[in-house]
Amino acid sequence: MQLDEFFVTGEPLIYGAMVSIVLVSAAILFILTYYKKWKWLWREWLTTVDHKKIGIMYILSALAMLFRGGVDALMMRTQLAFPDMNFLNSQHYNEIFTTHGTVMIIFMAMPFLIGLMNVVVPLQIGARDVAFPYLNAMSFWSFLFGALLFNISFVIGGSPDAGWTSYTPLAGAAMSPGPGQNFYLLGLQLSGIGTLATGINFMVTIIKMRAPGMKMFQMPIFTWSTFVTSFIIVFAFPILTVALALMTIDRIFGAQFFTLTGEGLPMMWANLFWMWGHPEVYIVILPAFGIFSEVIATFARKQLFGYKAMVWSMILIAGLSFLVWVHHFFTMGAGAFVNSVFSVSTMLIAVPTGVKIFNWLGTLYKSKIQATTAMMWSLAFIPSFVIGGVTGVMLGMAAADYQFHNSYFLVAHFHYVLISGTVFACFSGLVYWYPKMFGHKLNEKIGKLSFWFFVIGFHVCFFPQYFVGLDGMPRRTFAIVLEWMPLNIISTCGAFLMGAGFAIFIYNVYYSFRYSKRETTGDSWDGRTLEWATPTPVPFYNFATVPHIRSNDAYVEMKSKGETTFDEKNLEPIHMPSNTGQPIIMMAIMFMASFFLVFEWIWLAIASLIGVIIMMVIRSFDYDDGFHVEVDEIKRTERSARGL
Amino acid sequence: MTEQRKRIPVQHLVGFVLSIALTLLAAWAALGSGLPTLWIIIAILTLAVIQAGIQLFMFMHMVEFKSQNGHVPWNMMLHGFVLAAILVAGSLFTMSFGFSHDHDEEDHNQHEQQEQQEQHGGH
Repeated sequence: MQLDEFFVTGEPLIYGAMVSIVLVSAAILFILTYYKKWKWLWREWLTTVDHKKIGIMYILSALAMLFRGGVDALMMRTQLAFPDMNFLNSQHYNEIFTTHGTVMIIFMAMPFLIGLMNVVVPLQIGARDVAFPYLNAMSFWSFLFGALLFNISFVIGGSPDAGWTSYTPLAGAAMSPGPGQNFYLLGLQLSGIGTLATGINFMVTIIKMRAPGMKMFQMPIFTWSTFVTSFIIVFAFPILTVALALMTIDRIFGAQFFTLTGEGLPMMWANLFWMWGHPEVYIVILPAFGIFSEVIATFARKQLFGYKAMVWSMILIAGLSFLVWVHHFFTMGAGAFVNSVFSVSTMLIAVPTGVKIFNWLGTLYKSKIQATTAMMWSLAFIPSFVIGGVTGVMLGMAAADYQFHNSYFLVAHFHYVLISGTVFACFSGLVYWYPKMFGHKLNEKIGKLSFWFFVIGFHVCFFPQYFVGLDGMPRRTFAIVLEWMPLNIISTCGAFLMGAGFAIFIYNVYYSFRYSKRETTGDSWDGRTLEWATPTPVPFYNFATVPHIRSNDAYVEMKSKGETTFDEKNLEPIHMPSNTGQPIIMMAIMFMASFFLVFEWIWLAIASLIGVIIMMVIRSFDYDDGFHVEVDEIKRTERSARGL
Repeated sequence: MTEQRKRIPVQHLVGFVLSIALTLLAAWAALGSGLPTLWIIIAILTLAVIQAGIQLFMFMHMVEFKSQNGHVPWNMMLHGFVLAAILVAGSLFTMSFGFSHDHDEEDHNQHEQQEQQEQHGGH
């Protein structure tokens, strides 16, 4: 292979990206070396198994991915603003909408939520870490290297260009030759390992490691949403794994699972993809519901209204999520009866979702609402999500779907649910738990500014798209006609407002780091759940003594009784896991194996896979059982953290 | 907890070797055995059932009745079976129901129509 085939050439935008990648990497290397931070980075972050640090790394990576996906989005909106824009050519546009979708779902939404889960869930249930801390670190590194593999595709080898759904036969070897589509397959496969492991990890953590006395129906609602999500992950991700593996075998080893020739069944890809894909959208929305519930209950200063109904509706949504996948391809040509069945099951999902909406409204009813930034994100969610949900029911009607299918109406719908659901929740949750993670709040004034920019921009961007979709503008088109121009210009303006909102948010991180008041107590918002019972910054073992739980809002009761998580008389040595460099090394080798497989360099890939197996063997004979934190050390840490 | 202290997990090693052997056997049945297709399918299905059994008994705690929870995880297995049923039945349902696969019949009908037309033409 020639070097100019290896690197992507001929696009000024991509040359610019290459230069900035080199400059940023050089800057990072320089800063780390100049301030002698390498050892610190390795010891404190790269080898950590602490769920709080892993969560923070997840969130930082997700923000970086949000930036990347956002830049993709702005480029697309620029291209679509006017007819005959020559900002992007059709090939480049195809690559960008593909990476935008994939990055936003797989490498932004999920990691962001998993990051928040990592930070919050063990704290909420009174655990000292997740059930399998080593596995947790492995999950993170597999996600990060998967994301890395996917993201380097635009400078090395060429990006995938068959849409984030990667439908065959278009995505097959015959019609998409070259490494681009392989990057999609292996990037997703690699990060999928981590997601699946995370699902198992949280399932076990929540079942096994709750504080004494905490019944399942006393768990905080975000923990419940994580639990339900873990189930969906464990059941849905194997389907994706198998589908990706089949297509990889198709493309690299010449099998015929999804091809047009050789009795392949291209539509089976769509079928399998959406069998995973529909549960996947609930994987990214249920934790969001959990976050909104926590934030709304906290800032409405009330117990969550209809807690049990909330939990049961989540379980119902999770169950139904496996029964609706066909609504993504009503127009594929299945008979009227098949479409009717899935039309009905789709509309059924609106019922438990509606229950949840009314429960949030019930929580807010006659409450003293504190309009903090986190609360405003949650309040903005409710009406915006309802718009997205109602248009979803419209799309769910199979007959009408023949009109809406593949138009901007659909694009508007799923952006309405994903942004006002997942992205608002990510911001809301990040703002809400920020003091617990970093020891200071985000500035409220700047936070609200970024909120208004983002939310107004969001509606300005996507609301017109419903109408331009009804006017016939198809999805994934790189050129518009004059008739669609006015609405598209509005939409593009909205997109840039959202970009500004994100920029202000990032500035707020910097500003608050410099100027915000440091937290002195652990209870920044007068919280209701156990995570606020820990001091800030949270000691690495989380709880010096684990409280006994008797009611739903555990910390409300503890505060009324004057209990803390530092019961000096009952201190015992705490057993904690040791840090380890194995996960990052194992996943780095896995990354190499995947990279070689992308370019179909089979022998190098096999050599790397043997390396992975060696790492597994090393792990099997690793008898490190962790260490104990002595009572004296706990006393010292807690006293200084609590200012006693 | 005593189980975890055992240094060589004999059961897991046996299961590991067996599952690899069965996989190789299945691959051989499909690629190198030269059996008729029907027998290959039957052989692979049989091997798959044995494989699933090995997974359940050697790795998936089916036999740990007296483990800390004190019961077989029927609950989780039921979820797994339901999901598998949805996958298989659902795929068959969506991928075949309502499509017309009977091309022969279609051709036959067209043929008949053509014949009728020809007969009309003849008169």
